[in-house]
Amino acid sequence: MHFDQKETANLITRMSGTDPKKCMKCGKCSASCPSFDEMEYHPHQFVSMVVKGDVERLLASKSITKCLTCFACVQRCPRGVEPANLIEAVRVTALRQQGTCYLSPDDVPAIVDDQIPQQALVSAFRKYRK
Amino acid sequence: MTYSYYPGCTLKTKAKDLDHYGRLCAEALGITLEEIEEWQCCGAVYPLAQDEIATRLSSVRTLMAARDKGQALVTLCSACHHVLTRVNNDMAGNDNIRTKANNYLQPAVPYAGETRVLHYLQMLKECVGFDELAKKVVNPLKGRKIGAYYGCMILRPAKEMAFDDPENPTIIEEFIKALGAEAVVYPMRNECCGGYVTVKDADLAKKRVAKIMHSAKDKGAEELITACPLCLYNLQANAGADAVPVTYITELLAEALGLK
Repeated sequence: MHFDQKETANLITRMSGTDPKKCMKCGKCSASCPSFDEMEYHPHQFVSMVVKGDVERLLASKSITKCLTCFACVQRCPRGVEPANLIEAVRVTALRQQGTCYLSPDDVPAIVDDQIPQQALVSAFRKYRK
Repeated sequence: MTYSYYPGCTLKTKAKDLDHYGRLCAEALGITLEEIEEWQCCGAVYPLAQDEIATRLSSVRTLMAARDKGQALVTLCSACHHVLTRVNNDMAGNDNIRTKANNYLQPAVPYAGETRVLHYLQMLKECVGFDELAKKVVNPLKGRKIGAYYGCMILRPAKEMAFDDPENPTIIEEFIKALGAEAVVYPMRNECCGGYVTVKDADLAKKRVAKIMHSAKDKGAEELITACPLCLYNLQANAGADAVPVTYITELLAEALGLK
């Protein structure tokens, strides 16, 4: 299937409901990110790569599964760029276009204990699977 | 005062204490919580993608049920509160989402975000007041050093949640002081516990929790309280050597009111 990076980047931007071009590259998003060390591409890179239309690498990266959606970047961005919304839009696009799923119901019994709250499983399935 | 009440999936299962003591204390304080009938799970995470409509519908149904009863909607779980508040904001201010959600649901009266969504702590502050609450305490928690763990969901993004100062919140500390205990302020109280990522990557949550516990202990906290079942789980299951006990806000309230 033909993959148009620019077109996909535009789709991601529309889906995110935010304007990454407002970024002034202060780096507060990545400085605030609790998953910074876990990510190959950091929040500020998601912002700049979506602007450049360089999204294929983001779609293939494990970084989209490491965002905790804690909204620290959203809260602390002085320009209202909302990096978490962009990361989510990349993740949703990967799930929709590639049918990738990072969590299967069959995985669950082996990886959870009997105290895990339903909230964790519902959230994880919403984030990792379509 | 009567409110609509949305417990959410986890309060009926793993977080029964959060629900049970929340109801018990509300009743003792003269507040009636009427559970929404046939409520559905809110989805636990707010759908950030603007074109995700179906995943917002269960929240819209809950919000409409409260609107139809003419009541404000109270939640205890931080995640439910987050999702319901933000979907309500969408229904009030986002034409595209409001139109599509109403087209899906075809309610007798279209919904446009009329319901007021309140967290249990806000309800306590508004309806009872922390000064009044302090007078109703029969078992003051004197000498206890308690840290508030806010986590993410009830605070951020502040322009939508409108709950408290997102970087220097005070409501849980006011609550702790009203119950007679010492509120310990520590830097990591509004930083993420790891959330749902623990399902696939417990090590990530362990690193987060180690920092939170270290921060809390360093400032002298001997116990923590939270309103979020997933925070409680991570703080307990993924804690290392620095662990302090963690309970729900409503358990502490019940203890102080002599109900536990």
